[in-house]
Amino acid sequence: MSAGAGPVIPNFGQGSSCVTGDHFFCWGWVKQHWGDTLGPALVQHMELTGIAVGIGFVLAAGLALLAHRLRRIEQPISVLSALVYTFPSFALFQLLVPFTGLTYTTTEIALVSYTLVILFPNISAGLDAVPAEVMEAGRGMGLTRRQLLARVEVPLALPAIIGGLRIAVVSTIAIATIAATIEPKGLGYPIFYAIALPTPFKTEIYSAGALTVALALACDAALVLLRRAVTPWSRARS
Amino acid sequence: MIFDAANAHTFLDALRFIGDNPGFLATKALEQLELSGAAIGLALAVALPLGIVLGHFHRGSGIAIGASIVGRALPSIFLIAAFLTVLGLGFENNMVALAVLGTGPVLTNTYLALDGVDRDAVEAARGMGLSGLQTLSRIELPLALPLIFAGLRISAVTVVATAPIAAYAGGGGLGDVIANQASYRLSGVLGASICVMALSAGVWAALLAFQEALTPRGIRAVRVHAATSNGKEIL
Repeated sequence: MSAGAGPVIPNFGQGSSCVTGDHFFCWGWVKQHWGDTLGPALVQHMELTGIAVGIGFVLAAGLALLAHRLRRIEQPISVLSALVYTFPSFALFQLLVPFTGLTYTTTEIALVSYTLVILFPNISAGLDAVPAEVMEAGRGMGLTRRQLLARVEVPLALPAIIGGLRIAVVSTIAIATIAATIEPKGLGYPIFYAIALPTPFKTEIYSAGALTVALALACDAALVLLRRAVTPWSRARS
Repeated sequence: MIFDAANAHTFLDALRFIGDNPGFLATKALEQLELSGAAIGLALAVALPLGIVLGHFHRGSGIAIGASIVGRALPSIFLIAAFLTVLGLGFENNMVALAVLGTGPVLTNTYLALDGVDRDAVEAARGMGLSGLQTLSRIELPLALPLIFAGLRISAVTVVATAPIAAYAGGGGLGDVIANQASYRLSGVLGASICVMALSAGVWAALLAFQEALTPRGIRAVRVHAATSNGKEIL
């Protein structure tokens, strides 16, 4: 689809022998095209992911708090979440096109759906897992319902919430590559582009793929550090 | 965003495409299931034994849990493109790429399932004179089965849902139709997308029902959770 669009003999550049011969990996090409291909794609990818996780987190947190009060709605939302997660991204993106076109909105709606269905069950499970004795103790100390939520439930649920964020961020970074079938944006685009060439261009595939994985693992590590910082008690225990 | 007459028309066309080409779509769906089945088989052949050995000996949690994290971080199109450059165009490259995606959930769940078997139950079995292998086959594996199967289910749905992307590397299947709007028009693309969704939801539902039937009655009430280092992931 969108892969294969663009200039005719483009990213091959003026072609060192490494590039024209499509050798295993050409550092020269990466350096030459960091500024016009890989760098911008990386930034777009972070943007795609950041917006999706941000909106998804707000929606999921809101829904989870609602479900925490109204237990009845938790089960249906969980089942729906599991079902949405089975939707293949490739197909979901296409099915949104009649509504929102080949736009950023289309890709974000799909990506937000995926983050939402990962985050909701995790936040819910975290809030539900707070021990009853702890809640009793809080109530005994005269905390109101809102105070209980803010001072007891949410802090104790933080590890589960951040655990959910880790899964959501890493998955979204991977799924966002498929967004390139809708709009030529993100790190998926160089891969779809290079695979559609008469001879798949190895360097472009490997470098864009490695960047995607590195971005995912870096975000994962950052969230682990965040969890340690916001839950000092769990560190003291272990 | 609004479901207006033009959209309704587009989707009617897509449904008409499905109605007009049931045989063609069924062939494509079978192609996709064949590729997925081969990939899941390969993933199981690697992940099951490894997970059982690591879980039984309570070793290598880093590998077993890391496999899921790395597996989730690997974009499907990158794996498919990377194996295309190594194995060439056709069936094998896609099978291996999809198998890599399917390995993580099975490995992690199998490890967690065996590692989490009640130590008292294992002690009791050893005390009754069962050998290590007997303990594994009669105590640990039956108790671990529901969680292992949950891993298989996640893995199978991941593979079936990703298989359409293999069309970019000669994988065939319904993805061929989705990726080729020039030949099949929007109605074909949407029709095939609907089929792909139904296929993965169907696989998910079928395996879920099978898992329920497989779970011993005594532990059926307990909802299957897998505690990963990430916190809790509901399966």
